[in-house]
Amino acid sequence: MSGEIGLSQALWVLVLGSLLGLELIGKVPPTLHTPLMSGANAISGITLLAALTLISQAASPALRAVGAVALGFALFNVVGGFLVTDRMLAMFRRKESS
Amino acid sequence: MGELTIELGAVLLLALGLKGLAKIRTARTANGLAALALALAVVGLLAQQGLAGWPWMLGGLAVGGGLGALLAFRVAMTSMPETVALFNGCGGVSSLLVALGAMQLPGGLNLLGQVSVLVSVLVGAITCSGSLVAVGKLKEWIGTPRWTLRPQRHAINILMAVACLICCGFVLKGFTLALVPLTVLSLLLGVGLTLPVGGADMPVVISLLNSYSGVAAAAAGFVVGSELLIMAGAMVGAAGLILTQVMCTAMNRSLTSVLFGGALGVAGPTEAGSEGKETYTNVTSCSPEECALTLEAAERVVFVPGYGLAVAQAQHSLKELARLLEQHGVAVSYAIHPVAGRMPGHMNVLLAEADVPYDQLIEMDVINPDFPRTDVVIVLGANDVVNPRAKSDPTSPLYGMPVLEVDQARSVFVVKRSLGSGYAGIRNDLFELPQTSMVFGDAKQVLQGLIQNLRELGVGKVPVASGKGS
Repeated sequence: MSGEIGLSQALWVLVLGSLLGLELIGKVPPTLHTPLMSGANAISGITLLAALTLISQAASPALRAVGAVALGFALFNVVGGFLVTDRMLAMFRRKESS
Repeated sequence: MGELTIELGAVLLLALGLKGLAKIRTARTANGLAALALALAVVGLLAQQGLAGWPWMLGGLAVGGGLGALLAFRVAMTSMPETVALFNGCGGVSSLLVALGAMQLPGGLNLLGQVSVLVSVLVGAITCSGSLVAVGKLKEWIGTPRWTLRPQRHAINILMAVACLICCGFVLKGFTLALVPLTVLSLLLGVGLTLPVGGADMPVVISLLNSYSGVAAAAAGFVVGSELLIMAGAMVGAAGLILTQVMCTAMNRSLTSVLFGGALGVAGPTEAGSEGKETYTNVTSCSPEECALTLEAAERVVFVPGYGLAVAQAQHSLKELARLLEQHGVAVSYAIHPVAGRMPGHMNVLLAEADVPYDQLIEMDVINPDFPRTDVVIVLGANDVVNPRAKSDPTSPLYGMPVLEVDQARSVFVVKRSLGSGYAGIRNDLFELPQTSMVFGDAKQVLQGLIQNLRELGVGKVPVASGKGS
């Protein structure tokens, strides 16, 4: 299934993604360290895409169950991560405007 | 073509999200953008591969998403670090499971796929167990056992790492069952690496593990052949690494000493001298750049000038900074303690010399009630006059001295050359407050650094008629 994209192409994507990540986070005020970490963490739950692929390609129910559990963990990370980040940032907003 | 558009859109949104999260004003919107990006990615993927196995998908979605939302809404803000660690650990588990599952797929994997599975298992497992140890430590369920601080722990960890690599070799040779010991050993390695780290350093470790979970996601992307996943994983991995570095700097620690130095204060009887750097444990420091970012977003800024400012001859730089902020629409004032400087009124003179409008110099009694609605206080070379201990500690020699209540402000930056004690030789509790950041350096250099950083941020760019003339 990894035959869909070539090695060199995948490596290019990897390198470009890394550079983008390095470039995007330059200066961060200390107030934002925790929310940024939490937000980035939620994004890393994007492995849910892999879990979805696993479910759709699995031949046996057992494998589908593994995929479903993986999906559950990933979504726990994603949904929880984004919501909790939003909660933190909402507090900053309120403090700023009051 | 439609799928490509969706994937590109998701990458773009992710990039905008990560970028915006680093600025106070845009952070909340940016978080939403990133969430939207992930939703878009899911829709794109489902459009591409169809809904085969949808009951399983729905089940995972309902249980995982539901529990995540529940935790996110109920958790107390005080326990944020361990919550992030827990989420992170679950991301690691997910990558681990996907990789193990992909090995069993019909058709098998090519070499690239197999290597990616191994990376995903290894990094995913380390992320998982490491994050759980971090949660335990932050919750104080587990301490730092003394044996974990022995130097031999490095040998054990290296041994486990080598064993992991041997297992990887076996898997590549076709012994798929070696995945089992690989998983177990990687989990143990995660514990072995995290257990010796002290609780105070945990946020750094969590940030690093967060970076790892990005790497694990990228590896999972190689396994299933998803460029979007590789891209997003790499982005988070790299961004997490930078953030880790930034946090280390802010805590005045190096990454190596956090990871391999062991917990502070447990290692031995390192009783510090009565006054000195060691007596402060929870000090946050930041660079002028970070201070400038906070200033840029502030509406009300109060400067607390002290004798150190005068010594550094920095009052002119201070005035310049204040003018820049005023051009940006920030309300600026100066809090003048009766004993600021070395004699009453000393500071007023010094600032008047630098052409600071005297109606901006506010006396202590007038400005103290205003600190709770002040966004940023910058303490420049003042120490004892902002020490909260003067109010709280009856045994302190300072007790009873009226002080500027800067600890009421939302954030406080203390510009100081070092953590040395003040004129009176008394430790200052202000430095350890959560809203306080130390900016170490000479007052003049720090102020000029702030001015330069604010200019780079575009502050003061708006042409002001009187801006150039003076």
